[in-house]
Amino acid sequence: MSWYKPADIGFATRSALADWGYGARLLLRLTALFGASMRRFGLVRDQIHFLGNYSLAIITVSGLFVGFVLGLQGYYTLQRYGSSEALGLLVALSLVRELGPVITALLFAGRAGASLTAEIGLMRAGEQITAMEMMAVDPISRILAPRFWGGVIGMPLLAAVFSAVGIFGGYVVGVLLIGVDSGSFWSQMQGGVDVWKDVGNGVVKSFVFGVAVTFIALLEGYEAQATPEGVSSATTRTVVIASLSVLGLDFLLTVMMFSI
Amino acid sequence: MQRSKNDVWVGLFVIVGLLAIVFLALKAANLLNLSFQSEYRVVAKFDNVGGLKPRAAVRSAGVVVGRVESITFDDKSFQARVTLALENRYSFPKDSSLKILTSGLLGEQYIGVEAGADEKVLAPGDTIAATQSAVVLENLIGQFLYNKAADGSNPGTAPKK
Repeated sequence: MSWYKPADIGFATRSALADWGYGARLLLRLTALFGASMRRFGLVRDQIHFLGNYSLAIITVSGLFVGFVLGLQGYYTLQRYGSSEALGLLVALSLVRELGPVITALLFAGRAGASLTAEIGLMRAGEQITAMEMMAVDPISRILAPRFWGGVIGMPLLAAVFSAVGIFGGYVVGVLLIGVDSGSFWSQMQGGVDVWKDVGNGVVKSFVFGVAVTFIALLEGYEAQATPEGVSSATTRTVVIASLSVLGLDFLLTVMMFSI
Repeated sequence: MQRSKNDVWVGLFVIVGLLAIVFLALKAANLLNLSFQSEYRVVAKFDNVGGLKPRAAVRSAGVVVGRVESITFDDKSFQARVTLALENRYSFPKDSSLKILTSGLLGEQYIGVEAGADEKVLAPGDTIAATQSAVVLENLIGQFLYNKAADGSNPGTAPKK
């Protein structure tokens, strides 16, 4: 592989395009399998349990501490301008619009995405997927689709929990510890946060992140080299690619949603 | 489909997630305060709306009675044309006057309604003539400086304090 040989450049371009095409077709198949997954909801339920419930602890604790820190740092800056009553608004808007969906997606990529990739990669390495194909069971609809929809359903719920717990954390630090007035904390928040524009767009964001992170984890696992090194590098790639694409997508979505 | 012990935990997880969304919608964003009352529209012309924005509150005696629906520029009278959506359950005399006020020192601007004494009430589509523009800080400062300069130029006539 060298950059000055036309044949190598051509091969690299062709395989990159083939990878993208394969990924796009897999994503379309997974989307089309929504109905089939809902008909066998038991499989999706077990995945929501595995991906969602087990992530709840890390999401709640991180949300609480992010709320604490937002309360402290927000108060420090706001009181310079004599408007520490706007602390509630600052905490709620930063959580609902950005931090809730993004940090949840990053944590989800590390906590759940990595385990999805490792699980499917080991199925590939143990030739379980080949065995299913031999029995005329479609591994995409039996293994990948329930995990995909489990992750997609779980992510917006986790992000909402993160934001709610974070606001509670901001309340604890801002109102209970520092002593910002409780009434203005909530009323400024309610005056400035819009249900559809802020909360609704936050849910849309976390849904998109759910699709992206879960899909990347599944694709990396499904395409992993059937060796221990292959599985380990696939897991690493999942976390790196999923985190970077969450941050990139977040920028794009923010530009589309909140720029006027 | 057979039941499993995961049902309980998944159900709880979904309920917690939905509760969090409801909490965000009600407690953080105040969905309930969106009024679903039927409204009527009146128009007011202002010389200057300052920082007034659409969806700003219309208050009378401090109580929210409606919202600013739209703000456009009228190039016949060179004034701002503000459409107000007032709730149907409140009616105001025809000679009520409007002011653009600010909540707090740096708060957002809203329209204050001061009720008049007319027997007839505002009907949909009416235009309110008695309006007072927003206070523009630059104009105030300009006026202040101008008065200072006027005082300084002829100290003989200025009242000594």
